[in-house]
Amino acid sequence: MHRIKVTINGKEYEQEVEPRLLLVHFIREKARLTGTHVGCDTGNCGACTILFNGKLIKSCLTLAVQANHAQITTIEGLAANGLHPVQDAFLEKFGLQCGYCTPGMILNACYLLQSNPQPSEAEIREALEGNLCMCTGYQHIIDAIRYAAERMKQSGTVQL
Amino acid sequence: MIPPQFEYFRPASLPEALALLSTYADDAKVLAGGQSLISLLKLRLANPKYLIDLGGIGGLNYIRKETDGQAERIAMGAMTTYAEIKGSSLLQSRCPLLPQTASVVGDVQVRNLGTLGGSLAHADPAGDMPAAILALGAELKAVGPKGERWIKAEDFFLGFYATALSPHEILTEIRVPLSAKRKSAYIKAARRPSDFALVGIAVCLEAGQGGTCERIAVGVTGVTDKPYRAKSLEAKLKGKKLDRETIEAAAPAVTEGVDVIGNIHASADFRSHLARVYLYRTIQAASQS
Repeated sequence: MHRIKVTINGKEYEQEVEPRLLLVHFIREKARLTGTHVGCDTGNCGACTILFNGKLIKSCLTLAVQANHAQITTIEGLAANGLHPVQDAFLEKFGLQCGYCTPGMILNACYLLQSNPQPSEAEIREALEGNLCMCTGYQHIIDAIRYAAERMKQSGTVQL
Repeated sequence: MIPPQFEYFRPASLPEALALLSTYADDAKVLAGGQSLISLLKLRLANPKYLIDLGGIGGLNYIRKETDGQAERIAMGAMTTYAEIKGSSLLQSRCPLLPQTASVVGDVQVRNLGTLGGSLAHADPAGDMPAAILALGAELKAVGPKGERWIKAEDFFLGFYATALSPHEILTEIRVPLSAKRKSAYIKAARRPSDFALVGIAVCLEAGQGGTCERIAVGVTGVTDKPYRAKSLEAKLKGKKLDRETIEAAAPAVTEGVDVIGNIHASADFRSHLARVYLYRTIQAASQS
């Protein structure tokens, strides 16, 4: 067993974990933050996407022990003061149906907009390469991200 | 899917990692970015007793230009991520093949964690980076208990997930010679953007007098049990004008002497066909780069 300290959405979690515990299971079962989903569990679908020290990663392809002393943001961390503009945009533009992929999609969108506040449709599609959605056909997700970019430009919102 | 049980070490220095590796060599795996290894653990295709995580070792993550007499080269730490390679302005201006290749590996998330050294040491027969590294004539630095040695890229890949690294060695640096005359391209055939290559071709060439090709190097991935340099093809193209007829006449040599893989994704015939077609496209793209 290894004792690890991980900061998730500003709160510190300290736990004994088995080395083989995946980070996504640490987040869901130890920190009890179930907004991060387990989808394919093979690194393809992106439902487990989180921000790890500011970088977008898949938490099913990372061990919890690798996250010792890391700063993590999950979907719950975005809505600390009401819904984040990207979350609002997904609601407004129907960027979801079943909602399973949505946390990963939204974190991916936030990560994209941080480095590229006004992405083209092609850039959005390319950025979403690692996040699969079985419901929407992606078009409404892309509309939502473009809408979020527009709204954030108008309001001058800082992304995270 | 839950990985099998293992003991985990996160050494803080390279000597410490090497000491662990010499103690546990045959039962240990080295963890870099984990974007391939953790999947293999979950599928129980890898079942190490000990996992040695290089993530705690500083100083294995850099991209820099070095000068050796007249010659210039790029040196990259083995823990440099695909995202860092893709975003490097030094590489974009001096060795654009590397960012171009890194940008088609996996997806944003995978590129943020996956590393160049991990990709090479893992030696997936359809990995993208090995093709580029082969075409660039890179050298790989292996550090072991007896010191360090340099391995040529073309001598590095031995077969399915097998490399010239001994179980006691760690890959720490990749060195790529620079050339102002070099033109290059990497193109892969894949069913979807983030898939592994069915076939991937990397080409580096230098033009000579009168539009002939003075030097050409072709790295091939996805075709057989390991990424390889297509040397007999290179010999057929060197010194020639690279027009369509010449390339098409030489193209069958791209898989000469190679046992081409056939599987559910592509038959051996289709793969060989793709290799010839993508060879032409990649040479075209490199010539125009």
